[in-house]
Amino acid sequence: MGGVLALALGGYFSTASNVFTGSLINLQSWFSSRFVAVQDFLTAPRDIASLRQRNAELEADVSELQAQVIQLQQQVGETDILAALVDFSRARSENSYKAAAVIGLDPSPFLHYVIINRGSNDGILRGMPVVTDQGLVGRVDSVIADAARVQLITDSDSNVNVRLQNAETEASLVGSVTGDVTLDLIPQDVAIEVGDLVLTSGLGGGYPPDLIVGQVVNIRSRDFDLFQRATVQTVVDFNRLQIVLVIVNFKPVDISPLIPAP
Amino acid sequence: MRNLVAAPVIVLAVMLQSAIVSRVYLLSGIADLPLVMLAAWALQEEVKTAWHWAVAAGLLVGFVSGIPWFVPVISYLMVVMAAQLLQRRVWQAPLLAMFLVTFLGTIVLYLISFATLRLSGVPLPLSDTLGLLALPGVLLNMLLAIPAYAVMRDLSRWVHPSPEVE
Repeated sequence: MGGVLALALGGYFSTASNVFTGSLINLQSWFSSRFVAVQDFLTAPRDIASLRQRNAELEADVSELQAQVIQLQQQVGETDILAALVDFSRARSENSYKAAAVIGLDPSPFLHYVIINRGSNDGILRGMPVVTDQGLVGRVDSVIADAARVQLITDSDSNVNVRLQNAETEASLVGSVTGDVTLDLIPQDVAIEVGDLVLTSGLGGGYPPDLIVGQVVNIRSRDFDLFQRATVQTVVDFNRLQIVLVIVNFKPVDISPLIPAP
Repeated sequence: MRNLVAAPVIVLAVMLQSAIVSRVYLLSGIADLPLVMLAAWALQEEVKTAWHWAVAAGLLVGFVSGIPWFVPVISYLMVVMAAQLLQRRVWQAPLLAMFLVTFLGTIVLYLISFATLRLSGVPLPLSDTLGLLALPGVLLNMLLAIPAYAVMRDLSRWVHPSPEVE
């Protein structure tokens, strides 16, 4: 016994020992893998069911998160608009503003009006100018308690007194049934150029001065006409109006009694 | 009692018109959802209340819109009149009658609107009105006509249930 132990300690049995333990390990592995395979086979249906349930739960979570992402993106968009409007109101601190959301358009295609969610309860009065951070939108046409209708400058019946910044001349900005706006009553002797900035002049008392309206994009000047005309690209995108500012401290002047009847 | 459904339906139609339909342009023309729904309602055989609907819808549209209130009221009443006249003549082809009433109603609405605005001094060129507003408007109303007819037919059956055959 002592001899065997001495031979083992001397390393003479190492080869036989390795072969023996290797065989045992392989056998154990074989048993283990077969057991796991059988266990998988027996438990797999239950796992698929639970996986399906888990998958459904996760899909529901993903849908909910996607809805939240869309909602947050919308809020970010609104926040960007509001931030721009706040910057605008700070830059023009002489005016007081009331922010309002555009909640509808006029049902008639002949008219370019929008409906906002602020009314007389918020201090909105007929004739108040409406702007965005980009420029002039229009003016309040009629008011009820919690809503108001705004006539856009693109409306056929809209007429805004403007001035051309570079040419230093007054003109009249009129809308159209298609939503295009045109400068009219520009004297023939005034040199105007494409790209000239159009601002409100404040004449007539309908709008405060120096609100940006747009840029001249096309000039129509014919020798036999009394006045030049020009097409204006408005700075406000009227198809994407979401939030506007009503200038609540501006009191429009009604000069119609001073205009002689034809 | 079920006739009272007119109130929410008309309010919903005007709200949808203002909030959604008015934003969907074809050139400069838009569809008129209250007009199309009214035409579809008036063409239903059992319906006797289309005149009331026309007045209510016209007043509501006149209230929301900047156009004079009598324009939609008169137009919608004429739509109902046209529908009831056609219902007795082409009753075997309800969809044909629907298209016809929609077409005529849209034209009448545009004519009355154009005349009223021109008389009140709004400069509206006839060619632009015809080509960019009226024709696209007619087309969009025609597209709305079929689904509107289906919806209003179901609504009519709900309001006027037919007696069960034993």
